[in-house]
Amino acid sequence: MENINYRKLDWVVIGLYLLLVVFGWMNIYSSSASDEGFILSLKQKYVMDMIWVASALVIGGLILFVIPHKVYSAIAWPLYVLIVVLLVAVAFVGKEVNGSRSWFAIGPFGLQPAEFSKISMSILLAHLMSKYDFKFSNPRDFIRIMVVLAIPILSILLEKETGSALVYLGFLIVCYREGMTGWILVAGLLAILLFVFTLVFSPLVSILVLAGLTGVTASFYSRRPMIGIPATAAAVILLAFVPRLLRIESLEPLTRLDPDQWVALLTGVLAAVLTLVFWRRRKTSLRNLMLGYLLGLCLIFSVEFVFNHVLKDHQRARIEVLLGIKEDPKGVGYNVHQSLIAIGSGGFAGKGFRGGTQTRFDFVPEQSTDFIFCTIGEEWGFLGALAVLAVYLSLILRLIGSAEKQKDSFARIYGWCVACCLLMHVVINICMTIGLMPVIGIPLPLISYGGSSLWAFTILIFIYLKLDMEKRSY
Amino acid sequence: MSSFQNRRNIVVAAIVIVFAVIAFRLFKVQILDKEYRITAENNALKYETVYPARGRILDRNGEVLVDNKLTYDIMVTPYDVRAFDTLAFCRIFDLDTAFVHEKFREYRRFRTRIGYQSLVFKRQVTGEQYNMFIEKSYLFPGFSGVPRTTRSYPFPGGGNLYGYISEVDPGYIREHPEYRSGDYVGKTGMEEAYETLLRGEKGYNIYLRDAHNRIQEHYKDGEYDKTAVPGVDVVTTIDGPLQAYGERLMKNKVGSLVAIEPSTGEILTMVSSPGIDVDLLADISKHYKDIAADPYKPMFNRAVMSPQPPGSVFKLVNGLIGLQEGVLTPNTLYGCHHGYVVGNLRVGCHGHPSPINLYQSIMMSCNAYYCYVFRSIIDNPKYESVQKGFERWKEYTESFGFGRKLDTDIPGEKAGTMPTVERYDRIHGKGRWKSISIISLSIGQGEIGCTPLHLANLAATIANRGWFYTPHLQKDTPDCPIDGRFKERHYTMVDTSHFADIVQGMELAINYTGGGATANIARVPGVIACGKTGTAQNPHGDDHSVFITFAPKDDPKIAVVAYVENGGFGATWAAPIASLLVEKYLNGEIAPERKPLEQRVFDGNLLHKVKVKKR
Repeated sequence: MENINYRKLDWVVIGLYLLLVVFGWMNIYSSSASDEGFILSLKQKYVMDMIWVASALVIGGLILFVIPHKVYSAIAWPLYVLIVVLLVAVAFVGKEVNGSRSWFAIGPFGLQPAEFSKISMSILLAHLMSKYDFKFSNPRDFIRIMVVLAIPILSILLEKETGSALVYLGFLIVCYREGMTGWILVAGLLAILLFVFTLVFSPLVSILVLAGLTGVTASFYSRRPMIGIPATAAAVILLAFVPRLLRIESLEPLTRLDPDQWVALLTGVLAAVLTLVFWRRRKTSLRNLMLGYLLGLCLIFSVEFVFNHVLKDHQRARIEVLLGIKEDPKGVGYNVHQSLIAIGSGGFAGKGFRGGTQTRFDFVPEQSTDFIFCTIGEEWGFLGALAVLAVYLSLILRLIGSAEKQKDSFARIYGWCVACCLLMHVVINICMTIGLMPVIGIPLPLISYGGSSLWAFTILIFIYLKLDMEKRSY
Repeated sequence: MSSFQNRRNIVVAAIVIVFAVIAFRLFKVQILDKEYRITAENNALKYETVYPARGRILDRNGEVLVDNKLTYDIMVTPYDVRAFDTLAFCRIFDLDTAFVHEKFREYRRFRTRIGYQSLVFKRQVTGEQYNMFIEKSYLFPGFSGVPRTTRSYPFPGGGNLYGYISEVDPGYIREHPEYRSGDYVGKTGMEEAYETLLRGEKGYNIYLRDAHNRIQEHYKDGEYDKTAVPGVDVVTTIDGPLQAYGERLMKNKVGSLVAIEPSTGEILTMVSSPGIDVDLLADISKHYKDIAADPYKPMFNRAVMSPQPPGSVFKLVNGLIGLQEGVLTPNTLYGCHHGYVVGNLRVGCHGHPSPINLYQSIMMSCNAYYCYVFRSIIDNPKYESVQKGFERWKEYTESFGFGRKLDTDIPGEKAGTMPTVERYDRIHGKGRWKSISIISLSIGQGEIGCTPLHLANLAATIANRGWFYTPHLQKDTPDCPIDGRFKERHYTMVDTSHFADIVQGMELAINYTGGGATANIARVPGVIACGKTGTAQNPHGDDHSVFITFAPKDDPKIAVVAYVENGGFGATWAAPIASLLVEKYLNGEIAPERKPLEQRVFDGNLLHKVKVKKR
């Protein structure tokens, strides 16, 4: 064992970590403990959770004091390969729980490789991106990172664990920080926006929004916004009258195509012509913008197909409920509706520890795992929920701040990965319980019941603490 | 040092914004919106569920088919039960003390799971028992009574059609989280089909209770109570008295009897025999085992779930296709000498004059005639191959609804079967079959199965001279409008002009008195009815007796199919049964000269002819 200088440890991160773990245990105790029976029975979830917490702390200790920090860069590739093999294997031989096959059953315990894949992914990304000649502007480097990211995502999708796959999108933020063009993030957000607009309103509205955005951006790039913006506005308004025009009887033969198809056709041809023009004149940005517009059109017209044929019934139903296209508080919307009742009934100060009626009497499904935020909202109220949010925010920002101070780029990138994993989990989980996102089953880090998740986040965070500690010991 | 450090600020700003959005949403849900607050104020509130009356089921004229009667469920909250006089308790409800002890052993075993919940202790006690219990209820803390409605059936018959309700089981609740233990749900028939209309909406009363669990007062004078919304009365297209008469006709026979109003597609009568006796239906859980073990499968709705060969009735379809394809005219003559013979294949036929035209072929139900017609459709030179000719023929039959679900509102509807090219390729080898290989299709035998409902729909289609509305059980009313799909006319691929010739033949089959007509027995006094017999061979025993009919010939009011399993010739059982139903509907009563026929049908018992698996 090395000689440890305890002052070199980041005690703030450790404190926030312990705060969340202990608070998590309290809520599991509250939502699942029954009055009768032996208080330390292994059948009680809170006893099992205590065992998980204790073992997690032991693992944390091992990482800090036993395992040398230099090992991680060396095992980056072997670990990644091992995890991918496990991910693929579990899709075939794993235990099926709630329609997804993501668990290895080992006796009474279950192990979820998807939870641990975040660790290997973070280490490998840090390893690859910290090489001294690594640059995102180099296509070979860019493609390598994308492939490395895509393989575990695809294998997780194979297990039908959509939630865990979404978490991987968090790594794109790290890539952005390390120099990847921000357009990829913007394009992703825009794609989601168009998807929602197309479903909630109509393809026509989506096309008009896309055309407007493209026109305005193009005006700025061409350095003539004073002409470009009004022209765009006028064009969009004119196009908005296409459906009305098509109702005029003398234009009968034109109704072979729907209004949205007409608008897409007109603007699409224009964009295609402009693409060629800008190509000739070597105006790369404008050319890309026009290509982006054409891609956007394809996306809009594929939305219906994706929604009706690619998504599964339950996923489609969850999205419809979220977007308010259908109301179904008793069927698909049941979880979210009950979850909102539980959180809402907490009010300002909550009902107190173990005072939650909604969560204790099983109104909310999965309330000690994915929906644990309900228990927090109900028993600790707005204040408690806000406090939990604040702890998470502090932890994430502390990790980012600390990562930025690292001299070693491996540690910096790894720190960012940890922060982004936490961020994605927290945001997706909480947004789901409060009805801001469709129901996607992923745990709330360090608080939800579940050994795999707790171990994975502990390992993730403590490896960073170790790297951080070594920096300070130079 | 790395470049791109300003990007950190962008990311941090974005994260802070996202967290702010979440915090604002929490503020809205927890502080601003009041709607979530009272739903679960605290433990001091006791919710008492108020069950709504289930909607009734009415017939097309407003007669009540399925009604409610009031009974009580005795509920128990094990957590609140204190020692009580078991013997007095058992005397009130006519129980065995062992039953009570067993129940409480169970409650103790599952006490952690039960918690403060109320459970059903005894179901459906009578009003008298309930009153005795109420007088002494202070002796039995933790017990209470909840009024529940159970079903009663003023019209005998139609048990299979009405369906039954029963308490939801844990598996059902897992799939339908809106149901709670103790709720009832329609499991089959109309009870299932109209569950969402019939069930109504549960309500609750909120009471305040003190620390000793005694109810103190009505919380805020009932301001937050929710009244139960009673279920909607569903009006069906069924004619109650006619349904009851149909049940009587089909008693002790295995099969179905379906009547449709052709101009609307409304189902007037749908009998599946043997059915469930309505007396057992109200308390089905008690009799469920016996019913499920009955070898005649009374729970099985044969009218929509039992595809069988249609027999000669299907000749009408082949005749129509032949006319449309131009390979047949009403005056086409074919000869028949006791059958159709090609090489060593022989399709037998009964003795009748020869040659005959289309009208006579329907009237006398000649097999050979339709072998010729069918082969000229399939071997039509305009379709290069037998397979293509067959595909065309199949498209025609599908336009009549055969081989697919009609998409009615009856639960459990089956599509039936129509053969495919692939299937014949498997049997005979790819491309190695000819029209002669599949000749049984010409007379409705072979690889073809249609439900009685398909045949009733065929009768309605011919009655309408070429179109049909999808048959349905729910009547269109302003309160509960029916689905749009029941208001669409479906045309077959056969031109409406060709139907008159087929109708002509069907009229002769019943009304021609010069000899040779197959269905004189189905003549209804004072009405010109049209019909066609069928005698379906099958591997299970005697032929099935089939008859389709509609009447009057002009402006038809009713189209009927009777399908009597192992009943022999179409004219033996199916034709009398179907025609009696028509007569009852159109004339209101059976003419004196047909009374003996009616009596023969009532008395007929064919159950012994049907082979069943004995348990």
